[in-house]
Amino acid sequence: MSEVNTAQLTSVWSGGRSPYAVNSKKFGMWLFIISDALTFSALLMAYTYVRLATPNWPTPFHFSPSIIFSTIMTFCLLSSSLTMVMGVHAMNHGNRKAAVGWILATMAGGAGFVILHLNEWMNLIRNEHVTPFDNPWGVPLFGGTFFALTGLHMTHVIIGLIYLGIMAFAVGRGKFKAEDVEVSGLYWHFVDLVWMFIFPLVYLMSAKI
Amino acid sequence: MSLHTEEEEHISGVTTKTFLNVWFALLFMTGVEVFLAYEQLPVVIFLTALLGLSVIKAALIIAYFMHLRFEKLSLFLTLFPMLILCIILMLLIFMPDSSRLMMMRPR
Repeated sequence: MSEVNTAQLTSVWSGGRSPYAVNSKKFGMWLFIISDALTFSALLMAYTYVRLATPNWPTPFHFSPSIIFSTIMTFCLLSSSLTMVMGVHAMNHGNRKAAVGWILATMAGGAGFVILHLNEWMNLIRNEHVTPFDNPWGVPLFGGTFFALTGLHMTHVIIGLIYLGIMAFAVGRGKFKAEDVEVSGLYWHFVDLVWMFIFPLVYLMSAKI
Repeated sequence: MSLHTEEEEHISGVTTKTFLNVWFALLFMTGVEVFLAYEQLPVVIFLTALLGLSVIKAALIIAYFMHLRFEKLSLFLTLFPMLILCIILMLLIFMPDSSRLMMMRPR
């Protein structure tokens, strides 16, 4: 390594400058996201493990309503990620009114997801008689892993909705900066990202054909 | 302040059209996943295709929606290699055991 490069490296990491060129809130959110990604990875692996180790794993997800609903839920989350990006974009350009509108649109997508997901849960509980501890196919692990995984994800979505609601309210009143909206966006995109693994592994792999 | 300006310059390189293209790509891949679910493929091929598409979708979300493509490489190198390593370790340690349990079942 040349002397110039060594000097540059030393100056970046020797204090007084941000080596990552991001603010502390954004870096903190990234660290949280990585740790939460490990939590979901472990849960998804536990689900896949029992799925592979159980020969008579149930496939209760009919095309209608389960697969149709879960596909629409995916559409809701992907679209809400797009509106969140637009909100951050508007905030970066100093347009607070547009940013609030985009954040509210994001919340609408998230709320649609939660409503459809609860509907899907109720369909499983009422029509297929699946609970976290029992089901008609004699594979109690199915309900346990399904409700734990999708329940934790739905909790994240609901927390995201509350977070975005606070952001929309505060941004509308002239509080918070563009970077704060971007940090809330990071959380929301992560929730979307996790669903990109839950949808195929939990729903599509157990679709009733 | 200088950091903020620098960040804005990075992000301004991406237009709304880019985000829309990413969104369309994500929707298209979701459609392909649902289509594959009803194509009666062998489980290994189906699972590989689903996971491959999911990883591509996750990468697009992280790169464009979460702006990681426009951050410094040092941030990516600090966060992701250890995450990937931990996931690989979990896969290597736990997953072979699931098929061993399957083999041990009385036929």
